[in-house]
Amino acid sequence: MSMTMVYAAPAADLPAPTPRQLAAPAGVGDKIFTRVTLLTGLIVLGVMAAVGLFLSIEASQALRSTGTSFLTTSEWFPDRNQFGIAAVLTGTVAIAVVAVGIALPLSMGTALFITQVAPPKLRSTLVSLVDLMAAVPSVLYGLWGLFFFQGQVIGVSRWISTWFSWIPLFRVTGAEPGSPLSNQTVFTASAFIAGVVVSLMVMPIQCSIMREVFSQVPIGEREGAYALGATRWGMIRIVALPFGRGGIIGGTMLGLGRALGETIAVLLIISPRFDINFHILEAGGNSVSTLIALRYKEATGFGLSALMAAGLALFALTLVVNFTASAFVARSRSGASSEA
Amino acid sequence: MTDLMDRQDALERSAPTVVIDRNAPRPLLTQSRRALGGLRRDDLLTMGGAAVSAVCTALLLFGRVAPAAGAFGFALVAYGLFVITYALLVWLRDERPAVVDKVMAVLLGSAAVVAFVALFSVIFFTLWRGRAALGYANLYYRDMSEALPTDPLSAGGIGHAILGTLIMISLAIVLTVPLGLTCAVFLNETGSRAAGIVRTIVDAMTALPSILAGLFIFATWILILGFERSGLAAAISISIMMLPIIIRSADVVLRLVPGNLREASAALGAPQWRSVRHVVLPTARSGLATAVILGVARGLGETAPILLTAGFTATYNTNPLNGPMVSLPLATFDFVQSPQPALIARGFATGAVLMVVVLVLFAIARFIGGRPAGSVSKRQARRLAARSARDVQRFDERPMEAS
Repeated sequence: MSMTMVYAAPAADLPAPTPRQLAAPAGVGDKIFTRVTLLTGLIVLGVMAAVGLFLSIEASQALRSTGTSFLTTSEWFPDRNQFGIAAVLTGTVAIAVVAVGIALPLSMGTALFITQVAPPKLRSTLVSLVDLMAAVPSVLYGLWGLFFFQGQVIGVSRWISTWFSWIPLFRVTGAEPGSPLSNQTVFTASAFIAGVVVSLMVMPIQCSIMREVFSQVPIGEREGAYALGATRWGMIRIVALPFGRGGIIGGTMLGLGRALGETIAVLLIISPRFDINFHILEAGGNSVSTLIALRYKEATGFGLSALMAAGLALFALTLVVNFTASAFVARSRSGASSEA
Repeated sequence: MTDLMDRQDALERSAPTVVIDRNAPRPLLTQSRRALGGLRRDDLLTMGGAAVSAVCTALLLFGRVAPAAGAFGFALVAYGLFVITYALLVWLRDERPAVVDKVMAVLLGSAAVVAFVALFSVIFFTLWRGRAALGYANLYYRDMSEALPTDPLSAGGIGHAILGTLIMISLAIVLTVPLGLTCAVFLNETGSRAAGIVRTIVDAMTALPSILAGLFIFATWILILGFERSGLAAAISISIMMLPIIIRSADVVLRLVPGNLREASAALGAPQWRSVRHVVLPTARSGLATAVILGVARGLGETAPILLTAGFTATYNTNPLNGPMVSLPLATFDFVQSPQPALIARGFATGAVLMVVVLVLFAIARFIGGRPAGSVSKRQARRLAARSARDVQRFDERPMEAS
């Protein structure tokens, strides 16, 4: 007891201790570092914002002159001030929906196969193959679709239209079910074929996000399901799928965003038409990016503004889709590390 | 009770005295490890049988249910039959949950098979259709200025497109890599308040359809500023596409660098720029290289923005500032739209060259990347050990100050 007093006494004579300054003054190097990185960040911000702003400013001229009819007109005659995105936007959406409809089961199956079913030795090879699919240039998918796949799939188109033409979606005008060899051409260059080709480009994006999520499934819950006697599929159904729901939705929507913006493959395959067409098996269709690629050359100042407006509508659509996707991924349990 | 005691007694009496000899060899385990997963011979036979039966049934049915549906339709029908037959075969012996489990495993596996068959079919189809033109040496160095569309494959070539692609992608790399990596450092290391906004905008720009990047450059650079279409314009438009991709993936990689490395560096008294330069970036090196290479591979394959900004030419053009320039994807796109078989063959050959370049880049990215941040190869570890040994020696040789 007295010992403590002895040690404490001289301390009382010293001035009260002030907290030490923890932050050191930044050196010259650090000052330069902070400024340069901030500048780079601002340059990137500036460039990216400039693209968006410029598109909106340029598009506003066309939008002002048409008003709301821009959304309801299907023709594209900017010189006669009669143009709108009703046909191209529905065409874009039709292709994207076909693409995602095909890519979703493929990518989900592949992601589950890689993470839960495949032997661990094979896993990294399969992951590389999926990444490779994403790296193959889109023009090559377009070539494959135009010269190879179209010839193979026409029979399937014909079969669907023969048996399911009572569903309006699959009706094909001009198809004669009776004569199998007549008019092949009504089935070529359709939104369905373009959608299938785009699905191959979309699938790796969706698959890599879903794989990422499924590989984070908490091991405790997995093993718990097995310990309770679940089969592998039972485990996937009650643990992996609910856990990965955010990743599935988010990945699907990111793929949808990519499918909406795809240009070259669609341009190669589809034959453009300007009416609202929901018969996806029928020849012809359109998309916003195809419209831009086809018409930018002969566009006058006003025509270019009209194209910008169409592009802006597409961009707005992909932005909404992408941000919804990232919100889903961020809010789901999938992103958080497990406490188990 | 008594008989329990009896048994206990009997046990004790019968139990031999065990003396543990530590030096004696351990008895071999007679149990072998049970295989939990994998395919048994039985499964393989069931699957094989189902496949054979499905193909035969499809051959039988094909003429009736799916008239003239082609090879692709045949594959679809056969696959459907295969799944049904397989389910039936498994159902003969197993309970319902096991049947569902096995059928679902087959469905998941076939999704992967379909995807990879499609991938290889794209790759091999391009190589196959391009094989005739790929055999001519003139393809790789001549241009199309003197070749007529009807000329055979021994005339003309795509040297100008190869050169154009090289010039454009080099310019794009010069523009995007320093900017992209510095921006990723800005997002992760500086803790600036602006980082959130920049990250959101970069995320948004990954959604930008590539044709709009081209349209933007076409409208500003070419129509408003009055420059002509050139390699530089194309390079800028690809850069707008590549920049968000590189920033985003580099951002993810930098986020994986363990925070305690940064703290250790700061605790040793390093200013921030030194910890970034000597700790964070080297730790993430392989991941950053992968980010850059995948961004470059994506930029190489971009066609839509180049279509609007590069113009089209059939001759060599080495000047990116002046005159139209053509790249491999654009040349592919242009060739295959012609009705001439020779030009279409050249288009496929161009696509094949492009694909080989992308595949090589991809292989390099896999080779140097693919490891998590901070893990080093054996050679790197040896080099690091040698360096720290040198440091120890240097410290030892330093004259000690008198305390």
